[in-house]
Amino acid sequence: MSALAPVERPVRLPRGRGLLAPLAPAALLGVVLLVAWQLVVIVGGVQAYLLPAPSAIARVILSDAPVLLSAARPTATAVVLAVLAGTVLGVLASVIIAMFEGLARVVLALVALAGCAPIVALAPIFNAWFGSTSIASKVAVATLSVTIPVVVGTTRGLLTVSETHREYMQSVSASRLQLLLHVRLPGALPALFDGLRVGATLAVIAVIVSEYFGGTSNALGVLIANTAAMSRFDQTWAAVFAASLLGLALYGLVAVVERLAVPWRSATLG
Amino acid sequence: MSTSTASTSTSTAIHLAGISKTFSTSSGDVVALDDIDLDIPQGAFVSLLGPSGCGKSTLLRVIGDLVTPTAGTVQVAGTSAAEARRTRQYGMAFQAPGLMDWRTVRRNVELPLQVQGVGRAERRQRADEMLELVKLTQFADHRPRQLSGGMQQRVAIARALAMQPRVLLMDEPLGALDEMNREHLQRELLRIWRATGTTVVFVTHSIPEAVFLSTEVVVMSPRPGRIASRIPVDLPYPRTDETRLTDEFQAAERHVRERLHAVLEPSTAGL
Repeated sequence: MSALAPVERPVRLPRGRGLLAPLAPAALLGVVLLVAWQLVVIVGGVQAYLLPAPSAIARVILSDAPVLLSAARPTATAVVLAVLAGTVLGVLASVIIAMFEGLARVVLALVALAGCAPIVALAPIFNAWFGSTSIASKVAVATLSVTIPVVVGTTRGLLTVSETHREYMQSVSASRLQLLLHVRLPGALPALFDGLRVGATLAVIAVIVSEYFGGTSNALGVLIANTAAMSRFDQTWAAVFAASLLGLALYGLVAVVERLAVPWRSATLG
Repeated sequence: MSTSTASTSTSTAIHLAGISKTFSTSSGDVVALDDIDLDIPQGAFVSLLGPSGCGKSTLLRVIGDLVTPTAGTVQVAGTSAAEARRTRQYGMAFQAPGLMDWRTVRRNVELPLQVQGVGRAERRQRADEMLELVKLTQFADHRPRQLSGGMQQRVAIARALAMQPRVLLMDEPLGALDEMNREHLQRELLRIWRATGTTVVFVTHSIPEAVFLSTEVVVMSPRPGRIASRIPVDLPYPRTDETRLTDEFQAAERHVRERLHAVLEPSTAGL
């Protein structure tokens, strides 16, 4: 009888198929759409000031690359600063909110409500406060945009502690700080990153829109607003493309950091 | 209801006197435990057996100072339960392994030592010893989710043992496993218990499990939770799979079953 040892094999985790593999269908669709766009402009004889062909935009991107790059620098700086500041502020706020378990649900609901408001609409006000040409006003608006989804995600994560984990930590007489460090914070990381993905996207929008209302003389938002005002829509599209690339790069960066910080979650893009 | 056993000659690890616990709910007070007296000798393996709602899990938590009794006193190795928990005398394992996904298997076993403030090198050494005890050395660097349910439960047992606790409290730790794994882990648990000499209080609703493991089976009755009978199991250790086939084991099992059925159907008891 005792020869019948139970079968206990370790379960294999589904390995991520690499970071880029899930993006292949999306990239293919993108190419198809670009070709369709090109065809519509050429076959339909659409005027360039209404909708320039992708090939025309690509030409501008290549010829204006130095201009685009120098405009992207202050924008990217503001976005990165906002994501960092928003994450730090968001996590700190979440820890404080989660300490007051009775009130946390109410506060969380309020923060989630605030998140429904279009934070970018505050841009002119922040410009007036911090000076319209300073980077500070852009960083401030974007930081707020990042903080709210990070707080919502992280606080929910901190409040969701499995009963077994809670009882176990209690049984070994763990302090509140130890419960926070060993259980609550690591357990909240996946939810934090869910919030951060949303926040990173909002940060790019917030900085670009803030720059519409006046920026450091050279920034992507300013470039978009000025070239559109001069009806140089091929340049506008080129700047929009650069801004999209910035958003994509940031999203990718967040995904990479998540993979490093949350290795137990079989992370996939999407 | 409870009768004192003859084994009070050895030192008492857990002493319960007049324990009652009433929970207040929206539909009124519920008496979970009613006037429970129980002495558990040092090094014993005692199972709390009974139907759902008999308060066996609550009693376990009263011993472990996770639930404060409404009345009565708990003493663990001569001190209060609160003091015993503060000085980390308890190792606990639950029905869910409750491992932390964000830690490797080894770091999960290290957790109680880390909470206790044990240094990194000693922590690692003790964790590796515990993993050897539950025969999972080769999986030390795996993530909990990479292991089967039975292996995760063995990690949870290693974690419970890491602080070399005086008392091991287990709440249906094998309840979620299939029969094969369950019987395998029962043997493992006995081996570990005999190797460490820890006092074990083990909640279960399985009669064969209680009989196979225990030095004594405590049968509890529901609503309100009381001790219905205490049944010493005199089968010799080490107990093996062959033990389950012996007449003595089956007689003990039948005896416990009769007591339990008397609890479930009081009107037909003794007929």
